[in-house]
Amino acid sequence: MVRKSHIQTTINDEAVEFLCEPRQSLLEVLRDELHLTGAKEGCNNGNCGACSVILDGRLVNSCLVLGVETEGKSVETIEGLAEPDKLHPIQDAFLENAALQCGICTPGFIMSAKALLDNNPNPTEHEIRYWLAGNLCRCTGYDKIVRAVLDAAAAT
Amino acid sequence: MSEKKEYKVIGTRPIRHDGVDKVTGRAIYGADFQITGLLHGRVLRSPHAHARIVSIDTSRAEAHPGVKGVVTAQDLPAAEDKMADLGEGPVNLKYLCDNILASDKALYKGHAIAAVAATNPHIAEEACELIDVEYEVLPPVLEVRQAMEPDAPILHEHLTTSSLGDTEDKPTNIASHLQHKKGDIEKGFADAEVVIERDFVTGTVHQGYIEPHNATAHYNQDGQLTVWCSTQGAFTVREQLAEILQYPVSKIKVVPLEIGGGFGGKINVYIKPVAALLAKKTGKPVKVLMNRADVFEGTGPTPASYITIKIGAKKDGKITAAQTSLAFEAGAYPGSPVGAGAMCVFAPYNIENVLIDGYDVVLNKPKSAPYRAPGATNAAFGTETVVDELAETLNIDPLEIRLMNGAKEGDRRPDGPVYPRIGFIETLEAAKEHPHYTSSNGKKYHGRGIASGFWFNIGLESSVTINVNPDGTVNLVEGSTDIGGTRASIAMQAAEVLGIPAESVNPAVVDTNSIGYTAVTGGSRTTYATGYAAYEAAQDVVKQMKVRAAKLWEVDEDNVQFADGEFSSINGKEEQMSFRDLSGKLSQTGGPVVGRATMDPAGAGGAFATHVVDVEVDVETGKVEILRYTATQDAGKAIHPSYVEGQIQGGVVQGIGWALNEEYIYNDEGEMTNASFLDYRMPTCLDLPMIDTVIVEVPNPGHPYGVRGVGEVPIVPPPAAIANAIYDAIGIRMTELPMSPDRLLKALGKI
Repeated sequence: MVRKSHIQTTINDEAVEFLCEPRQSLLEVLRDELHLTGAKEGCNNGNCGACSVILDGRLVNSCLVLGVETEGKSVETIEGLAEPDKLHPIQDAFLENAALQCGICTPGFIMSAKALLDNNPNPTEHEIRYWLAGNLCRCTGYDKIVRAVLDAAAAT
Repeated sequence: MSEKKEYKVIGTRPIRHDGVDKVTGRAIYGADFQITGLLHGRVLRSPHAHARIVSIDTSRAEAHPGVKGVVTAQDLPAAEDKMADLGEGPVNLKYLCDNILASDKALYKGHAIAAVAATNPHIAEEACELIDVEYEVLPPVLEVRQAMEPDAPILHEHLTTSSLGDTEDKPTNIASHLQHKKGDIEKGFADAEVVIERDFVTGTVHQGYIEPHNATAHYNQDGQLTVWCSTQGAFTVREQLAEILQYPVSKIKVVPLEIGGGFGGKINVYIKPVAALLAKKTGKPVKVLMNRADVFEGTGPTPASYITIKIGAKKDGKITAAQTSLAFEAGAYPGSPVGAGAMCVFAPYNIENVLIDGYDVVLNKPKSAPYRAPGATNAAFGTETVVDELAETLNIDPLEIRLMNGAKEGDRRPDGPVYPRIGFIETLEAAKEHPHYTSSNGKKYHGRGIASGFWFNIGLESSVTINVNPDGTVNLVEGSTDIGGTRASIAMQAAEVLGIPAESVNPAVVDTNSIGYTAVTGGSRTTYATGYAAYEAAQDVVKQMKVRAAKLWEVDEDNVQFADGEFSSINGKEEQMSFRDLSGKLSQTGGPVVGRATMDPAGAGGAFATHVVDVEVDVETGKVEILRYTATQDAGKAIHPSYVEGQIQGGVVQGIGWALNEEYIYNDEGEMTNASFLDYRMPTCLDLPMIDTVIVEVPNPGHPYGVRGVGEVPIVPPPAAIANAIYDAIGIRMTELPMSPDRLLKALGKI
């Protein structure tokens, strides 16, 4: 067995420690070690964006980050977005716009949209399309997703 | 029929019931499932497109630390060469089993050979590389016309052509030949004043769902097999497992978890029986996941095809004859959707004289699987391009020629059925009146194209039970995988009957032990057929609750009526009680009320769509930009319009990908060279404009609210509409899919 590393990090504002093999990606750690299964594996090579999380304020594909790289850093995942009694405005906008069908890409899109709106609170439609081009959705044709992000921007 | 009827719930846009779980990451999809003691499985796949398997030695893999079990085709029960009915038509059991784990031959790169269960997925992957397989490599055949040649490499030594009821005795790759005839084709062409005949080629494309296939299986000590997975149909998984494993359905429970897209590609099983075999061998629960390359190389693409279309017409545009030959790639085993393609190819038009020939051809690619209106998009690419050329030749507006020839109620489709009330003409009229079609589009290298499409939709079996809660809400139990909002569209139909808000219905999709048989979420059937069952189950609730009201009011049952959520008595004694209040009195009046219904409705009613697209062609790079897209479609009655629009938009964009970029690219050895989302390029949001939709509502006489299936037909018109727009932009008819930059540049004579 490969010797595991002991990692101390912050996930969704909580101090978290975990053991992981050096070869395990952050996505594997989130899903298999920490049971945060909101980030999804669609391709495992950075092409679909279903595993998008925010690492120290920057949007990343968690399948392309190693678990050990999160030592001392801060990770935001879909599980940390809503408040106990209230959804995040992006989540509300996705529901109101029917911006999801199967929903597998939804956590990744919402995290990408959050990273966008954190940096650019009033994006144009083109800026939204440019920013979200790293997230694949096969169900919706993107129309309602783009509208949801426009609505979320207007609401915040 | 209820064309003008006012509804309280139907036609509104409530938040879907499973929405919060899906935007918070809490929804449990197949790969998210966890259970104590779980092992992880991985599959070893053939590196060769065509090879005889000489030997498999698993001893090194078994000895690898952490490995708990290895399985090969030897672990499957011996498959008989017999036909099994698995809900979507008969399937040859040997072929079905060989596609799970190859026994004697590997028939495509990616064909499953063996599988390993280990304490973690990395160890399972390592162990797969320690399985020693000796192959005798054979020449592959990768293109449908080549596979039909008499001297082509043969995939199955026992496969002979079944042609129009006769079987030939020589081994071949042509599994079957079908034919539909209507009228007198020779006379039809003799009567024509213009005849256009063209050949078309379409590439191999994948459904492209974002969630890879997954399965977790466990055998209890008492022999009960449980499989947790994402699937379009838990019951078809149960049936396939029962056949493949030769195990009774009563000992198999399939638990459907949330599904991350399917589009037809998650009906056939692949790794579910493998997980079961590994679970049996190890005595532990085993989770098997595919990676993306496995999905491309090991699961159903939709077939490439070679199509000829010949259409003749009078000078006034009236079509007199239409003939086609459809040759579809089935992949490694028979069963392409050529039959469906043949049903759809000329379906939008009322043509007196028709001849349709279809060929199902095996070759060294993954066994094809359904993909959204399977076969219809290939066929429409040919027909709708030729109809456009016909209109141009005769100097008739492309919508007018379709209006002139379009099928209506009472017309007979070339394969037999006579249309009930359908809405094709209405989709054409909606397109004609749309500001998109009436806008100008005259810039250089800009073009506009239109095309139409048909999909027949299906009914099949569905079961629903409704349990009434004391607070006036109901729990609705169903067996239809919710792949895009059908919990909502089914719940809304029950809510409409009961006169309660959509939010007062709690829908649950349950396992195969907990609901009556329900067929797959496919064929655009779920909102139609399971919705119909929900309607009937709600009617059953009303019937039972009328009895309770009668008891309370001491009147005859026949004197209780129900309307707008209120029970009331007639004939003298004035009493009134809401559904909610009566729900609170069930325990005093005889106990719980459970409504139930099962349905196998026959009147699915066909769906038609007409699309208008504007493109710009970059003649330097060959890239085609979609500038504007409008899709009109007959939905019968849109239960939840947002999700109907979503189905249309999603189908359109899949069609755009099929038209412009997507294809399996093979090398001469039969290896797919682009098995990743980077190289198999599906549309991103940056590639697209907003997709405008127009929902036309011509109620389906086969459903109480007039519902027609909406999911599939929107993928049918886009490739032809875009080809027609490219012609309008640069004057070149594209007859090969995808119309990728390299093909455009070749057509433009630039490379």
